[in-house]
Amino acid sequence: MSEETHEPVPYRTFIMIWVALIILTGITVGVAQFDFGAVNIWIALSVASFKSALVLFVFMHLRQESMLFKIGLLAMLVILVIFIGFTFTDVLYREVLP
Amino acid sequence: MSFEHRDDTGDRFGMWLFLYTEVILFSGLFILYAIALITYPQEYITASNKLNVWFGAANTAVLLTSSLTIALAITAIQRNQIRLCINLCVATIGLAVVFLINKYFEWSYEINLGIYPASETLREMGPGVTSFFNLYYFTAGLHGLHVLIGATLIGVVAVMIARGKVTSERYVLLENSALYWHLVDLVWIFLFPLYYLII
Amino acid sequence: MTNTPLTNTGFYSESPRSGVLGWLLSTDHKRIGMMYLGCITTMFIVAATIGLAIRLQLFAPGQHIMSAQTYNASFTVHGIIMIFLFIIPSIPAAFGNLLLPIQIGARDVSFPKLNLLSWYLYISGAILAVLAIFSGTGAPDTGWTFYVPFSTQTSTNVSLAALAAFMLGFSSILTGINFVTTIHRLRAEGMGWGRLPLFVWTLYATAWIQVLATPMLGITLVLVILERFFGAGLFDVASGGDPILFQHLFWIYSHPAVYIMILPAMGVISEIIPTFSRKPIFGYWAMAISSLAIAFAGSLVWAHHMYASGMSDFAILVFSLLTFIVAIPSAIKIFNWVSTLYKGSIQLGPPMLYALAFILQFAIGGLGGLALGAAAADIHLHDTTFVVGHFHYTMFGGTGFAFFGALHYWLPKFTGRMYNHKIAFIAWGLLFVGFNVTYMAMQAVGIQGMPRRYYDYLPEFQTLNMVATLGSWVLAAGLIMMFANLLKGMLNGKPVGMNPWGGATLEWQVPSPPPMLNFGKEDPVVTRGPYDFKGVKADEF
Repeated sequence: MSEETHEPVPYRTFIMIWVALIILTGITVGVAQFDFGAVNIWIALSVASFKSALVLFVFMHLRQESMLFKIGLLAMLVILVIFIGFTFTDVLYREVLP
Repeated sequence: MSFEHRDDTGDRFGMWLFLYTEVILFSGLFILYAIALITYPQEYITASNKLNVWFGAANTAVLLTSSLTIALAITAIQRNQIRLCINLCVATIGLAVVFLINKYFEWSYEINLGIYPASETLREMGPGVTSFFNLYYFTAGLHGLHVLIGATLIGVVAVMIARGKVTSERYVLLENSALYWHLVDLVWIFLFPLYYLII
Repeated sequence: MTNTPLTNTGFYSESPRSGVLGWLLSTDHKRIGMMYLGCITTMFIVAATIGLAIRLQLFAPGQHIMSAQTYNASFTVHGIIMIFLFIIPSIPAAFGNLLLPIQIGARDVSFPKLNLLSWYLYISGAILAVLAIFSGTGAPDTGWTFYVPFSTQTSTNVSLAALAAFMLGFSSILTGINFVTTIHRLRAEGMGWGRLPLFVWTLYATAWIQVLATPMLGITLVLVILERFFGAGLFDVASGGDPILFQHLFWIYSHPAVYIMILPAMGVISEIIPTFSRKPIFGYWAMAISSLAIAFAGSLVWAHHMYASGMSDFAILVFSLLTFIVAIPSAIKIFNWVSTLYKGSIQLGPPMLYALAFILQFAIGGLGGLALGAAAADIHLHDTTFVVGHFHYTMFGGTGFAFFGALHYWLPKFTGRMYNHKIAFIAWGLLFVGFNVTYMAMQAVGIQGMPRRYYDYLPEFQTLNMVATLGSWVLAAGLIMMFANLLKGMLNGKPVGMNPWGGATLEWQVPSPPPMLNFGKEDPVVTRGPYDFKGVKADEF
């Protein structure tokens, strides 16, 4: 089977993404110094998700891979959301929290 | 006769599938965490304050940098810059070692305070704090095991590159080791804020 | 056709290494498949024997052949072996390995070495399971479901058994990764998704469940082992945990696991019915998509095992509703198999008998599942022998019979020899009668209130229990006759040609047994659909 080779990603691109990741980490730590109540954790998770997207699409070359790879990721994420979300239909609605 | 075939895309796809199994594996621990967090909100804040944010942040920076170095290594081998590639692999392993040494100091400190799974001190702090630290040690411990495995994989591949078994024409082994390493980084990206930054 | 000994033909003789090492170090999917088949069948016989002992104990009220502790260990070990060492790997690992590459026109799977590793992980799981039964503090007594807090506190070999299940799960995961990649990457020229045999579609859907659900079992087992070793209770209330969460994490895998068990079985039926009706399957795309739908919907319903656990009423409502939805794609398959039979030219060969029994028995089991899925009914039926009857109807009457059908359908292809059909018929008759008597009686006495996992019972349950035990003896006779007949056939039955049944999928176009690398020098090019029987004729044998 002939191999399609991907173009090498320039060093500069990786370094710029790394800078963004470090800055986002700083933001995460910074926001955590202030008490926004329940919102704190959602901010932290959102930033973490964005960092993950950078790692997945650039560092892990998902940008250059075929649609199959991206659908696979989507399938896993959907299943993950189902596992977590449906468990919460139990835990959030107990008459007495465990 | 045996079945000889080469399918780099298929090899990478198989690796991605394996990474998904790792995500689901860790997700069990994160589910338990999420439920305990809403059950013991105050105690989780107390417990999180006992962790050292600077150790955690430093380790985050270390892992992010190691992800950079292994990503650069792929470009290096694609451009046939073998020496640079090997150096980047070694740098990645070096950063992994730094991570583990940090962990060692961090955990020594906590254990000296009497905070470890099933300890008397923990039990006296109540079920909420106990749950936090049990989950912390198991999740970070499982993660640390993956750091060891990932660093070993990269080490093996670096040797193979040096021996000419992995080349600019055939480097899917390096790509797959890098993918595994990035997963190790991804888990920590979520672990860090959830355990170290609860206020 | 000369009566060549098996060892001199096809993939039995061509190998880079000779002797036992040629098998133990082989990365050929057919050799690995046969090795799985041998081990899986052995495990089935072991676990079935324990099952017969359980039925013997239940012949009448009171203690007979075993103590209460031994009884607990018996149903636990029976469950662990049957589920993890027989049913889950049976069709995908054995028949999937034998057939997947050939049916898509490939030479082997994407990762042959990983395939061999999967087999070794299976063997390590088997050895650990045997150790768990016979060593140390004794066989686990928790039920195969390992519920906490009992499983974290009992002194029996829970950690060893959990480790065994972990290895078996890892084996399953690697097989899933292999099969998904293979189906995407190694289809022959002309083998589009619309020409895939339905068995391949079910293997595909199953492989995704193996990849995405099994790791949750992995972490759950690890946490039980850690709690036993460190006393750090993640599911212990005093340590801030919740035992109901164990059940969530456990069933998040173990419910999709039952679809790992049934989907390939349905795939087998979808192969046998068209061949023995001389007619294409009714509704090919409905069958293909319903396999994916079952895999997905089956991942949404796990907490229907937990209605009586103490979880919230809201969750009970949600999971009950979702459970009914899973029945829809399953029913589509039943309707389509029956529609395939309609106006077909029915050949009542042994594989067909098992397929027909499957349809009836899976339908009964599935309908029982609806009764259990309805939360109100389940409060009465939960933990009764009705549940035991239900899952034996689906897993034994369903997957088990499909496994037997697959043996009768494909062993001639992979051994080049045919068994005695008359004896196969009689064995099937014994199995069909014995199975239905045993498990119908079990369901009836369950509705009357007999609990499961009890080694003794009230006198009013005696008659039906006696009937069930007698049924189990007829079942046992059928199993012995069936296996003996198949073994004799494999070793010195009449040789068969390429296509004894007149099938239209690719495995019937290669020699029996197939050579190493499956096809000749040229890679196959596919121009027909998998159920296009025009011009296809069965060989005489």
